[in-house]
Amino acid sequence: MAELAAIAQDTRAWACYDCGKCTATCPLVRAGARYSPRRHVLATNQGKRPANSGEGTLFDCLTCKLCDTRCPVGVEYTELVLKLRELAHRDGVEVECPHGGALQSAMRIMAKGEMAQDRLGWLEADMLTEPDEGELFLWTGCTMYYDAFFPEFEMDSIAGTKAAVRLLNKLGIAPVVSPDERCCGHDLLWNGDVKHFEMLARHNVKLVEASGADTLVVPCAECLRTFKRDYGPFFSGKKPRMLHLTEFLSENLDKLPMTNGASQRVTYQDPCRLGRHLGVYDAPRAVLNAVPGLELAEMRHHGSASTCCAGGTWSNCDRYSKQIQVNRLREARQTMAPVMVTACPKCQVHFKCAMQDPNLKDEITIELRDVAEIIAASLE
Amino acid sequence: MTKAKTTITDQPVTATGTETWQPRILVFACNWCSYAGADTAGVGRMEHEPHFRMIRVMCSGRIQPAFVLKAFEKGADGVLVSGCHFGDCHYIFGNERAVEQFDKTMNMVKLLGIEPGRLRLEWISAAEGIRFAEIINEFTEQVRQLGPSPLSSKRLDDLRIEEEIDG
Repeated sequence: MAELAAIAQDTRAWACYDCGKCTATCPLVRAGARYSPRRHVLATNQGKRPANSGEGTLFDCLTCKLCDTRCPVGVEYTELVLKLRELAHRDGVEVECPHGGALQSAMRIMAKGEMAQDRLGWLEADMLTEPDEGELFLWTGCTMYYDAFFPEFEMDSIAGTKAAVRLLNKLGIAPVVSPDERCCGHDLLWNGDVKHFEMLARHNVKLVEASGADTLVVPCAECLRTFKRDYGPFFSGKKPRMLHLTEFLSENLDKLPMTNGASQRVTYQDPCRLGRHLGVYDAPRAVLNAVPGLELAEMRHHGSASTCCAGGTWSNCDRYSKQIQVNRLREARQTMAPVMVTACPKCQVHFKCAMQDPNLKDEITIELRDVAEIIAASLE
Repeated sequence: MTKAKTTITDQPVTATGTETWQPRILVFACNWCSYAGADTAGVGRMEHEPHFRMIRVMCSGRIQPAFVLKAFEKGADGVLVSGCHFGDCHYIFGNERAVEQFDKTMNMVKLLGIEPGRLRLEWISAAEGIRFAEIINEFTEQVRQLGPSPLSSKRLDDLRIEEEIDG
């Protein structure tokens, strides 16, 4: 009871006046799911824990934060879900993980193991990087794992990571790219597994601190959110400056010789972690607009109203997620842009999955690229 | 959704006990061929290494990366995936699915830094009791050479960290 009261206090759940805007806004509900954020808030305020089984549980939430932006009294529903999932996990509830929990197992193996990962196999001869010390740390994220795990989608999310290295090299920077990097723990945290999250957080923070870098550049929206919002207590000294790759590039646009006009139309998918979680909307658009000849066409829902890829934490995938993805891809196709640009590898995974549908394939297929790839292509 | 509290084996885990150490291997076997192959080995009283636990599944196509990675996460020293020979699958193409899943698993295992020798795919038919015994002996020896999985010896540290967080 006291625990729930403290959570209600921290997340402002107590302020809820039952208007139901959250439920009306929720992408899941709009896709037809039986799900109600409002009832979860209500239950918390009544000192009850939302049910952990059946339809409409806490674990269905996409944590996309759309409801938070619409709440008239500022209830942080997404934070509430995070805290309640932590309690559920403590009571032994495990998420019904899509992919059978394989990715969660990989994360826990990284958290526990002293094994040397083979995560830098993608580095190419022309790329200049430092293995352990330097001024700028490039946090690559787990794109190599996604490419290995989803061969059926012909994933090439590593291309974004490679482009990030090349862009930094072009700016005269040899970033630290560490072979000891581990998963940031984002998904474990959002599944409620705080224990393994903390093991990963301690390791990763130590790694970044030991590098002596004063700037941390992250091309993955989820890793950045985790570093900025969740790693706070683990830093012992001065925190480095933490930026998304597009933020860093937008500061250095004058130094990037973007000569190769792309002359194409693209549309931009705001990742929920970068947009609503961290408030970065302008930087990716600024760098895209700086490419000569590139036309940025916005989708109907963009910026803070953007729809997410419906699978952010590897804890929720069902026909409603699928419907959300299909609707989003239709919006993208309506812009007449042949390419959808995003700043998070997971958006790529989930949209590519939706595109496998044999009945809808022709209507929703669109080329997916990381924003770094587009910028790097304009340099050559 | 309840958390399953199971361990792969009841053998005591020691961090340094290399003298008495024996590998702990998990074998996935399909109902129609490999499991029956193991049965044939048993009925024929063939001797083989005993350091494995077997999980029977209806078809090797069911064995997803999640199963294997979970086994490694929980400290298995080796994982053997087995099914019917090509053309013999009870469900016509189940073992072709098994190969796809296995390749995916192997990709992940290599990236994670687990030695590829700890994971193996073999086809064993119901009649091949001798082959079953040979493969088990060979694989056990291979895993024995590799030594304990870094994840199994980490169990003790894991517990310590747990205490640290709880206390």
